[in-house]
Amino acid sequence: MLLVLSPWLVGFSVFFGYPIVMAVYLSLNHYDLLSPPRWVGLANYRYLFTIDPQVGTAVKNTLWLVAVLVPAQVLFALGIALMLARARSGVGIFRTIFYLPALAPPVAATLGFVYILNPATGPVNAFLGHLGISGPLWFQDPAWAKPSLVALGLWGVGNTMVIFLAAVLDVPRHLYESAEIDGANWWQRLRWVTFPSISPVILFAVVLGVIQALQYFTQAYVAANIASGQASQAADVTAASLGYPQDSTLFYPVLLYQHGFADYQMGYASALSVVLLVVSFAVTLVIVANSRRWVHHTGAIR
Amino acid sequence: MKRVVIVAALAVTVGLAAATAAIGARHAGPTKLTVWVGWSAGKELITFKKVAAEYDKAHPDVTLDVVGGITDQKITAAIRAGNPPDVVSSFNSYDVGIYCGTGAWLDLKPFMARSHISTSIFPKATMYYTQYNGTRCALPLLADTYGLYYNTALFAKAHITHAPRTISELTADAKKLTQRNPDGSLKVVGLDPFIGFYENVPERWAQAYGAKYINAKGQSILGDQASWQKMMKWQKSLIDWYGYKNLVKFQAGLGDEFSASNGFETGKLAMNMDGEWRVAFIANEAKSLQYGTAPLPVDDAQPDLYGSGYINGTIIGLPKGGHNVDKAWQLVDYLTTNVHALAVLTNGLKNVPSTSASAKSKEIVPDAHFQTFIKVFNNPHSGTSPIMASGQSYTNLVQTFWQNYQAKGSKNLGADLKKLDSQLDAQVKQAGGGNGGGGVP
Repeated sequence: MLLVLSPWLVGFSVFFGYPIVMAVYLSLNHYDLLSPPRWVGLANYRYLFTIDPQVGTAVKNTLWLVAVLVPAQVLFALGIALMLARARSGVGIFRTIFYLPALAPPVAATLGFVYILNPATGPVNAFLGHLGISGPLWFQDPAWAKPSLVALGLWGVGNTMVIFLAAVLDVPRHLYESAEIDGANWWQRLRWVTFPSISPVILFAVVLGVIQALQYFTQAYVAANIASGQASQAADVTAASLGYPQDSTLFYPVLLYQHGFADYQMGYASALSVVLLVVSFAVTLVIVANSRRWVHHTGAIR
Repeated sequence: MKRVVIVAALAVTVGLAAATAAIGARHAGPTKLTVWVGWSAGKELITFKKVAAEYDKAHPDVTLDVVGGITDQKITAAIRAGNPPDVVSSFNSYDVGIYCGTGAWLDLKPFMARSHISTSIFPKATMYYTQYNGTRCALPLLADTYGLYYNTALFAKAHITHAPRTISELTADAKKLTQRNPDGSLKVVGLDPFIGFYENVPERWAQAYGAKYINAKGQSILGDQASWQKMMKWQKSLIDWYGYKNLVKFQAGLGDEFSASNGFETGKLAMNMDGEWRVAFIANEAKSLQYGTAPLPVDDAQPDLYGSGYINGTIIGLPKGGHNVDKAWQLVDYLTTNVHALAVLTNGLKNVPSTSASAKSKEIVPDAHFQTFIKVFNNPHSGTSPIMASGQSYTNLVQTFWQNYQAKGSKNLGADLKKLDSQLDAQVKQAGGGNGGGGVP
């Protein structure tokens, strides 16, 4: 038995158990990466919860993502999936078109978005200009930077869309037929047949989306560096442009990165990561517990 | 001859083991010294390699392997892994507090004593940003100073006869030089003081107002001085004159700072605060540009500050865990003190030579544009930013604060600055693990 389990055990302890134990240990130490860790008890947590002027901003930004990006992605992916499921011809082509952006590496996709949304030279504002609209500053404006990232997120929603499409196509036909015989209209069929049938997949997308939002980093990091115009400068100044503009893209993981790798405060960054782990775990538990009310597990014994 | 003396001295002081190792190394052929530098732009790296090749040729016992494009993160990772190069250098003097404080870069004092190098051969500001709390873990390898670049063709067109010397002259000239498109957007900007844009960071403007970061105890005092508020209010009023949104849009359309489409090189910025290296970039990228250089204008109330500026620079040192420490030190000694080496680097990189003797070297190709920066470097009022236990995050926090202010303003800037002071002090304390302080300039 142990032999069968051993690959998993090794993987679990090396890639999961050890890092977590180390993170918790380091979070109780002063550790600058260069000299040995020194025990400081709860000092890092005290700084995190009561002093660090950036934590509040980072938490607010991350919550904004959870509240806006996640529902937007789920609804958008579901909407496309429903449209594709109803299409009579060209399904293959549209499916490919909507899926394609998901293949773009996040860094490349972000670079592209910053470029096309450049308020001075980008094609989007040039187009808006022809329509007589003075376009927003997108990634240069704290009010628009996060919505710009949401646009990027929606564009690359292909993976979720494909999963939804499979789920929608998997709903048993006979359920729709009997609903129709009972006189259910389009909305009623969607509400009472489609949604309950695919609810486990929605739950999956929501949980995954929330966890991804809590860990949102790459796009924010790249967008801030490029949009601030300091990307080509000696790499030592990147820390100054994290969160650009005006900390509007300073998400919690970005702050964690800044403290751990740019500010030489790995002990404190570990404390930040432990809190992130606990919060992710708690949020997932709440969603799963809450989901019993709306998720239907076909054939499951309740 | 000098080398023989050093080897002999080594054998006596370090003992038989070192002597045996030295003999062993000689039998095994030249020692390979790996040198990490930040320069990556073609011409800059080539210049450094040229100096390295000269050293290589003159010292048959070593061969140099120069690696460019190195960042602080790579240096830190290599030191952590216990496999660093022999010599490291960084553009980032802000993190000296961390390098010296943790011992990640070796204290150079014993080496300097052995080679009879006194700190007095270097200008004072460079000696400050290469140490932390008495540990000298780095030496300056060329320095950067900042001043005002102005486009003389645009000056003539606007009938401006001389470079501004005070902030009010600067403001008036900036407004005169600014041109707008018919739709109201900015075509040419007189001077863009936007924090975060190109070289605009708080510490470089603070110099023009004599604004200080810390007191003698290392505590933050931004809220205690009228100069910070005066400077920030001036900067915001100029931004508001352009229109914040106009200016941001204008900046987004400008070329990258370190490219041939740099806004000053293309004539879209009539004046710009920049470092001395721009002289070399202009010579390479925008030969036809008519321009002049001058010290940065200063606060009208403090005219005696005129001529001074902000100084920082590239630092070089020995990482903990290097294998050929003594030979590596000889190289560092050569690079940081040899007048010929510094002159070649100065000519190639157009960075300020970092010893007093090398600044007077006949080998340095005379250049009126560049001369301004050597003068700024030697001005007694010139200064640098504080070296703190929290490294660059200290100045970054000030920068973030100012960026919020330039966008949104403040109802009570004085009170906000006082709050910033307490955040800065808390940050420094946290970074030092509860017992850290700042170094006093």
